[in-house]
Amino acid sequence: MPPQPFPTLHRMGEASLLLEFSDHLSMPVNAAVLAFRAAVEAASWPGVAETATSLKSVFLRFDPDLIDHTTLEDHVQALLASRDWLAEGLPHRRRLWRIPAVFGGDHGPQLDEAAAMVGLSADAAVAAIAQTRLRVLTIGFAPGLPYLGRLPEAFDIPRKTELNPAVPKGGLGLAIRQMVMFPVETQTGWRWIGQAAFDGFRQHAATPFALNAGDEILYRPVSAMEFDDVIAGLETGQDAMAEVLP
Amino acid sequence: MTPALQIMQAGPGLSLQDYGRPGFLANGLSRGGAMDPLALAEGAALMLMPAGDALAIEMAGVGGRFRAEGAALLIALTGAPMVAELDGVRLPWPGSFLLPKGAELKIGGALAGSYGYLSVAGLQAPPVLGARSAHLAGGIGARLTTGAVLPCTPAPNPGGLKLVPEDRFGGGTIRILPSAQTDQFSAAMLARFEAAEFTKDARASRMGARMAHDGEGFSQAEHLAILSEIIVPGDIQVIGDGAPFVLLPECQSMGGYPRIATVISADLARVAQASPGAPIRFRFVPLAEALAARRAAALHRKSLPDGVVSRVRNPADIPDLLSYQLVGGVISAIHEPED
Repeated sequence: MPPQPFPTLHRMGEASLLLEFSDHLSMPVNAAVLAFRAAVEAASWPGVAETATSLKSVFLRFDPDLIDHTTLEDHVQALLASRDWLAEGLPHRRRLWRIPAVFGGDHGPQLDEAAAMVGLSADAAVAAIAQTRLRVLTIGFAPGLPYLGRLPEAFDIPRKTELNPAVPKGGLGLAIRQMVMFPVETQTGWRWIGQAAFDGFRQHAATPFALNAGDEILYRPVSAMEFDDVIAGLETGQDAMAEVLP
Repeated sequence: MTPALQIMQAGPGLSLQDYGRPGFLANGLSRGGAMDPLALAEGAALMLMPAGDALAIEMAGVGGRFRAEGAALLIALTGAPMVAELDGVRLPWPGSFLLPKGAELKIGGALAGSYGYLSVAGLQAPPVLGARSAHLAGGIGARLTTGAVLPCTPAPNPGGLKLVPEDRFGGGTIRILPSAQTDQFSAAMLARFEAAEFTKDARASRMGARMAHDGEGFSQAEHLAILSEIIVPGDIQVIGDGAPFVLLPECQSMGGYPRIATVISADLARVAQASPGAPIRFRFVPLAEALAARRAAALHRKSLPDGVVSRVRNPADIPDLLSYQLVGGVISAIHEPED
């Protein structure tokens, strides 16, 4: 198979397009994806029903009775050619979340194992995580499940081959320089290193999904005792702190 | 007691379904909804109700026992035909029926296909994210279990209607289009895929259906390391063992397996409804054919009310009128002989 030129615009059946910026993840590629989706949303082309992003692509679903494939492909190609998306920078009005989290112990039983693979002490690994503004690279697999990145290169550790049977809601998984934060109890191959006081999918709330792709997260390590207090606060309606980024 | 349908005994795969909740892919939620949306529209047509806000009990493989509480209820039975009895009298399928107060409806196994639908007039459920369907994989709603009491409204009409269902229960040739990764499969692989005769694996769920076959799989070595990408219902992933796996409405929002093709929307319910073991083949079609099929399916759904007729036969059409018991008095659509 010859190498594909990127970005590549694919048809996905009768009512979707996928604009793939790369076949691998990098922070600039992901930023271009987020910026391009924001521009598509702003363009409001008639007939476009839904947009979404993966780590490296922008997805468009449309109504083929309202806009045909060729016309929409022309719109996408023209927008693509209008600027250098890799230099565009992230969209405005993203949010920075400061989320309390407890690392290690019963709330993160694989922290020591993961830190050893990274080559740091558990404390140093947690400090490195807490110093990294983690971008919500994409949301998927389960409702409200963010993929966060990227951590320093040393954190490029593989997923486990066997699954953790039940990582709790808020559980933090670590692998491949990324973290995941589970909105519900989940089986996972990611190493379970902590638990965040965060409700990623509140299906009966006015805003069921707190996070959007492009938001950033800073974890604030807390003790297990303080974590229990924060969780009790969450249940009475308090939430993690968010500020709007310029 | 307020009008309600009580589930006396639930089969293992009952859930409330409507047309799903499209629009939340960016939040990681697939659209969900009925595996056979046409069955919802048929149910609405048979109850003389608007199709747009249809809500029904979807029954995977087998139904259960249900009782009308508080009032006579109007129901419709659509989708995969199942063995249904009302107080011991066999009911034709599809059709709409009056369920007298206190009457018990028993729905057994599917005679063909996979998903039967029990629509109830005025069935209520709280909306979540704009829809009332359960999305089990996404944690929205739950399976319906024995003892559940589902509020609805008294029967607005006596039912007694039927229609000719589109046959979609036996598998057959499924039309497909290229998807984002189709061009990563060699022409020889795609030709072998179109030539292969599959059967629907019994281990299907609302998330997807595996296609079994005796030959070599459809994996290519370079596909092992692909990065997860957005997936949609209809996409055909080639999973680890090389088998094609057709994604159905409750699939995840992203997948890490390569997609060889995608099923056109007009044929997706045919995959979902195919009986376990039913033969399935895939055939690439031009985009224009897929779009024409999509429009034809939409027109068919809209025209369903025109095809609804009474099950009670016109006496002039009955050749041997004298053999019928005509002095029984009350005409009950339910207990009429069926044609």
